[in-house]
Amino acid sequence: MQQPFPTRPFKTHGGAPVPHHKNTWQAPSVVMPPPARVVIPMQQHIGAPCRPTVKKGDYVYLGQVVGDSDAYVCAPIHASVSGTVAEITQVMLTGGQMTEAVVVESDGKMEKDPAIAPPAPITNKKQLADAARRAGLVGLGGAGFPAHVKLNVPEGKEIDTLIINVAECEPYVTSDHREALENGQNVLEGIYKVKEILGVHRVLIAIEDNKPDVIEKLREIADDPQKDPQDEVRVLPLKSRYPQGAEKVLVQACTGRKVPPGALPADVGCLVMNIASVSFLASYMRTGMPLTLKRVTIDGSAIKEPKNVIVPIGTPIQKVVEFCGGYKAEPRKLLMGGPMMGIAITSDELPILKQNNAILAFDAQEARLYETTACIRCGRCVAACPMELMPTKLEKAAEKKDVEALLSLDVMTCMECGCCAFSCPAGRRLVQAIRLGKSYVKKAGGKK
Amino acid sequence: MEKLIVSSSPHFNGKKTTQNIMLDVIIGLAPAMAASVVVFGLRAAVVILTCVASCVLSEYLSRRVMKRPQTVGDLSCVVTGILLALNLPVTINPLMAVFGSVAAIVVVKQMFGGIGQNFVNPALTARIILMNSFPAPMTHWTAAFDYGATADAVTTATPLAAYAGFNETGGHIPYLDMFLGRTGGCLGETCALAILIGGIYLIVRKVISPVIPVTYLATVAVFSALLGRDPLFDLLAGGLMLGAFFMATDYTTSPLYFKARIVFAVGCGLLTVVIREFGSLPEGVSYSIVLMNILTPLIERYVKPTAFGKVKEKKGKGAR
Repeated sequence: MQQPFPTRPFKTHGGAPVPHHKNTWQAPSVVMPPPARVVIPMQQHIGAPCRPTVKKGDYVYLGQVVGDSDAYVCAPIHASVSGTVAEITQVMLTGGQMTEAVVVESDGKMEKDPAIAPPAPITNKKQLADAARRAGLVGLGGAGFPAHVKLNVPEGKEIDTLIINVAECEPYVTSDHREALENGQNVLEGIYKVKEILGVHRVLIAIEDNKPDVIEKLREIADDPQKDPQDEVRVLPLKSRYPQGAEKVLVQACTGRKVPPGALPADVGCLVMNIASVSFLASYMRTGMPLTLKRVTIDGSAIKEPKNVIVPIGTPIQKVVEFCGGYKAEPRKLLMGGPMMGIAITSDELPILKQNNAILAFDAQEARLYETTACIRCGRCVAACPMELMPTKLEKAAEKKDVEALLSLDVMTCMECGCCAFSCPAGRRLVQAIRLGKSYVKKAGGKK
Repeated sequence: MEKLIVSSSPHFNGKKTTQNIMLDVIIGLAPAMAASVVVFGLRAAVVILTCVASCVLSEYLSRRVMKRPQTVGDLSCVVTGILLALNLPVTINPLMAVFGSVAAIVVVKQMFGGIGQNFVNPALTARIILMNSFPAPMTHWTAAFDYGATADAVTTATPLAAYAGFNETGGHIPYLDMFLGRTGGCLGETCALAILIGGIYLIVRKVISPVIPVTYLATVAVFSALLGRDPLFDLLAGGLMLGAFFMATDYTTSPLYFKARIVFAVGCGLLTVVIREFGSLPEGVSYSIVLMNILTPLIERYVKPTAFGKVKEKKGKGAR
């Protein structure tokens, strides 16, 4: 059954007027030459880590599997350069946890794995999910959830809407923007494929209205009556208000449906895919080349030449920054991801991961920590929360480690988008407190 | 490379600070202050300055004595001072004004932990303390534009006192006079126009949401009409406008979110009319707001927002 297409987005709650800082949207992406060595961590997704399938001294081709696991929620990892495995080592990831990593010394030839060939034509859901797994695809929007798990919609859950996420609401980040402009055809090809296989008759390409060029471009391609005779793929411009691209908010803006706490978009008949993911699927089906490259926005006040770079996964951040002209000021804060939800990292020696969409380097001025004063109960955090929670009360409950209160305030529904802390005139570290609160709840075993 | 700063996201924050919010409130109060000087003369400015100065000093000293971080800079004590002054008659003895300021800042605000911690509105509570301590000087009203009037001069009735039949009959005061402030009363309550301008400024600047003032005023109008009173008169008289826009919207002592704010404002409105109609006092705004301040935690406990996507348990299982 086809659902009607919305002409304008549905109302969403709260949000924050974050500055856009989309400095890099106009510049075409640049392909970075392969670095001398890449460090490929075995954990680049949500779920079980991979185990290295190669050992020191092995020769690896570009695109060859170097890490895999039998676990279901896991995506294999491929070599992003050809060369010799220098070592299997331990690296620290953003969350502070250690994981194994395969270090490949590049031979500079980028020799493709001869086994790589276009996959057999995909006709059903199972094959699509398998292909996504073989390709090593994870959600490229930032979360890194293995795509085959998402695409393998459980029986009994009917998907009537496919949402393509081009909201890109995080400040600075423009990698999806460039993807749309540079690979629009590819994106649509991927959309048609996924739509056909999943049997979905309503596809919404959701784009924040601060990207009129993307809206125009994708509309132009999507309006091709030959490929889409029923006009089942349409562009839906969204209000430019952070966090439109957050999955639950996006589903609400596109369909008016609210994903219940602890549920997935599939529970309300939606499947959300990032534009880069769907575009990658299209090229994988054409070439069989797994995920080894990632378009990353390099920006921030400490970067000399901000731009979008297509980087071999595993390239140390340092090398990518050097490729962008280096630092123009002493970096004081390095972020993986955007300023609202990105993670501050401890060193620029960390490698680029599959799900990275941006690396930001802030100078002293931009990295300055703001002062915290007393809560004045102004209610701005409550008004800003897209999940309709009460951040200030959550903060107080977290300070008291009151698990019962935290649960009654639905702490687990928080998606840590940062709207509350952004809006707080007292500069309170609300998200930090809520994260702590979540950890107390988890420790108490009450995830509900 | 120097050590990098690692902190929890978000790594951006907005431009609003407590200080610039309070500055906006001060700007919002400027028309009312100006009107008070026009209506009551320069003595009004003296009362305002006395209150502000003693509030700032009280805040500074109490933070010093308690060895806590200095908070004078957030300007909230200036707002308290102005609001208290606007709630006093122009003939008030400056010492009484100082006493009220000290009570507002030291007793009501700082003893409970300072900004954000007090459970009742400091300025209103100070006004109530003064009303009970010095009933006569606190209800000694001079006529508008009677700049020379002293505490011994002929007094005039406020429109509300006239309405309640308290003083010598005031007769029917024209609405326009009440709207423009050509009546007796406290410094800041006579000119509804000035308060409206300031209130609209605060709403436009998103310092306050219109929920509380609009609900409060609407409740008063409706309930006043139901009781057979004159709704327009009730809206323009007394401290209602000042209370609705500047006191009931006080962040700390009013609820955090929409639903509870509605309940709070309706409560304020009902109490105001009840006190005006049945109470032995002519004016009910300060008491009704303070009473609802005290009820705020209770309201927040029973009127809660529903988290995103959460299905209320009581609403049956069929709900989508």
